[in-house]
Amino acid sequence: MKMKRGLKLLALLAVISLVLAACGGGEGGDTTTTAGVDEPTTTAGVDEPTTTVGGDEPVEPGELGVIEIAAGEPIKIASLQAISGDVASLGTDQVRATEIAIADKGEILGHPIELAFNEDDLCNSEGGQTGATRIIADPQVVAVIGTSCSGAGVPASNVVTSAGRVLVSGSNTSPVLTSDLAGNAGSEYHPGYFRTAHNDAIQGAAAAKFVFEELGLTQVATINDGDPYTQGLTSAFEGAFEGLGGTIVLPTAVTADQTDMRPVLTEVAAAGAELIFFPIFQPAGDFLAEQALEVAGLEDVVLMGADGLLSDTYVVLPQTENMYFSGPQTPTTPEYADFVAKYEAAYGEPPIQSFHAHAYDATNMVFTAIENISQMSGDTLVIDLQALRDELHSITYDGLTGTLSCDDFGDCASPNIDIMQNTEAEADIAGVRANVLISYSREDLGL
Amino acid sequence: MTHATTVTAGPAGGPTRRVSRITPVSVFLWGLRIAIVAVILYGSFLSISSGRLTASQWRDLLVFGISTGSVYSLIALGYTMVYGVLRFINFAHGEVFMVGAMVAFYVANGLATTSLWVGSPVVSLLIVLISAMVASTSVAVIVERVAYRPLRGAPRLIPLITSIGASFTLQYLVRGLVGPSTKAFPRMEPLRGTFDIFGLVILRSQVVVIVAALAMMGGLYLFVERTRTGKSMRAVSEDPETAALMGIDVNGTIVRVFAVGGAMAGVAGALWGLVFPSLNFFSGFLPGIKAFTSAVLGGIGNIVGAMLGGVSLGVFESVGPSLVLAGYEIPAFSQLKDVVAYAALVMVLIFRPTGILGERLAQERG
Repeated sequence: MKMKRGLKLLALLAVISLVLAACGGGEGGDTTTTAGVDEPTTTAGVDEPTTTVGGDEPVEPGELGVIEIAAGEPIKIASLQAISGDVASLGTDQVRATEIAIADKGEILGHPIELAFNEDDLCNSEGGQTGATRIIADPQVVAVIGTSCSGAGVPASNVVTSAGRVLVSGSNTSPVLTSDLAGNAGSEYHPGYFRTAHNDAIQGAAAAKFVFEELGLTQVATINDGDPYTQGLTSAFEGAFEGLGGTIVLPTAVTADQTDMRPVLTEVAAAGAELIFFPIFQPAGDFLAEQALEVAGLEDVVLMGADGLLSDTYVVLPQTENMYFSGPQTPTTPEYADFVAKYEAAYGEPPIQSFHAHAYDATNMVFTAIENISQMSGDTLVIDLQALRDELHSITYDGLTGTLSCDDFGDCASPNIDIMQNTEAEADIAGVRANVLISYSREDLGL
Repeated sequence: MTHATTVTAGPAGGPTRRVSRITPVSVFLWGLRIAIVAVILYGSFLSISSGRLTASQWRDLLVFGISTGSVYSLIALGYTMVYGVLRFINFAHGEVFMVGAMVAFYVANGLATTSLWVGSPVVSLLIVLISAMVASTSVAVIVERVAYRPLRGAPRLIPLITSIGASFTLQYLVRGLVGPSTKAFPRMEPLRGTFDIFGLVILRSQVVVIVAALAMMGGLYLFVERTRTGKSMRAVSEDPETAALMGIDVNGTIVRVFAVGGAMAGVAGALWGLVFPSLNFFSGFLPGIKAFTSAVLGGIGNIVGAMLGGVSLGVFESVGPSLVLAGYEIPAFSQLKDVVAYAALVMVLIFRPTGILGERLAQERG
């Protein structure tokens, strides 16, 4: 009996300590507290007990509060990218670019820069939600570079911006995260969200124009996988293609973990498609390309993917030969060549996906904005979060991918879209990205 | 039951008559069953009459379904046999299948660079198959020894939870060993292209899968029905205590059940690589769930039921969306193939709760 009572007491103590640990740790939900007030878990080492408005600083903090960084403490940014699974190349490429940007910048106004978090967005909404929540629990994080996938971007945009910080993405392209480029806010737009990648309204229109005008095909089937990026892109494609006069014979979808694509391909064959536009990810894209060749009626069908499939692991598959891809334009400037050289020197291989330059620009754009609006209060660097957002909306930044200037809804790029083809001669992703058949700018597409 | 049966005495105290009383619940259930059948038939009628797919395309869908279903059947055999002897669901079986597929991948990759691959594809395929079987069998037996045997007397929920844990362990063990990236099976040239069978054009890889699966299932059925080991398996599944009293080595029989189930999963893994050439550490999860569903569909504990359930599930998945859902003009109906598959399970359980063929591994005799 004594043993049982002792065990019960021990168990009770364990439970209580677990509860205390859970409750005491994460007070990051408070969006308007100034950083470092009474957070037991802050790692910035701010030990100013009186950091409320007034103090001894002339700074009037905006509605989102400020982040204060003591002398010698690092400025913290976070990364939330897809670094595992089949889309790992998309996120890893961008994390590397962010790391290079940090190394290149060195420090801002005497403070070193620290990549405090390297979270995985899992390319889905659960990962975006969990990663973002974990990041904002640290009140010293100023900006988040991410997410990789628009599906993760939807919850992350909400979580990060509600906590006052900024989320700048190098590869989210879904129109719902910003706007439809016609002045209507996307359903998931939140102020504080920015991106340096193109809006898929542009990519869809570019792909449609290519198929209709260059390939001369009028019967197209589209396949998405339910993710906001793929759905946004196929909708943009369908709208533009029908506007040009083509016919979408079958707009359909698969699930991302589906392996048997033959039934849906049979339907596509029955609908009489000349081209299949499937802007999805791996491994579903692998199965589609492989099985399309086997289904009766699709022997001559043309396959076209988009930037989600522009990865080193996809283009080397034999079934992707002669596939077309739409994607962001690869820069050709000497600065970009320098960046690639740095990338190769640091990681032993050339860039593995298509959005590294965008992530590099995103990170540097944030650094420039921080530099511009930071104020000193004694020895402490004060970053007003509302001023940071306003600055990002107003600056014009010259990056690797061109001149970035953020509109009211967070779209910062004025991108060109390349249409590329994977031929037998292209052995790897660099070769495919260099094999550009045609480029479209926003003016070409009338957007 | 839903019908109330009253026995009344006959007019002269003679033979009794049974009168069924119709209760509201029974009316509702029958109405539901009729409504479901009507929805399916009407949707099918609309699909077929719209002429969207040609007859040969319907046949193609059917063949796709049968080949995927055959793979599900092979995995389902493991679930159903273990349930038959031990009365619990071995959730780690999907991972046993995945290990077989992984080993098949590595062996195939190794062979693909040799002349054996091109020279005698049958021998290469056999080597791949046998290595996958050996690997899966070993994993199944090891899991049984480590995770299930110590829990032999425990309430049934405990080994179930253990099996879920074993499933995760195996998944991440494999992930640690081979990495999270997707592996691509090397192509086998003689398997590309189609066979012309009685005028039907079928993909070669699918023919191989169906034939191999049927052969293994037939072999297993003969094994269970005709051999002594099979008889002892049936005996242990019917009544383990009495079987032990009869001199049957219960422990040994259980190990053999796991081994045979594992071997079937190994074959399924190798065949999976033929039909779906991309594989990663998580690939066992969904087929495992589908196979479990097939086993329940066919009647858990029943071997022929598992085979039937697997093929049926494959066919429902493949043909169902195009047949039933497309008729109602549902957009992107192909995305709903899993809905169709699980809805089929639910409906079988409504119509026939013990599954298509009922629940026992050993037949009740007399």
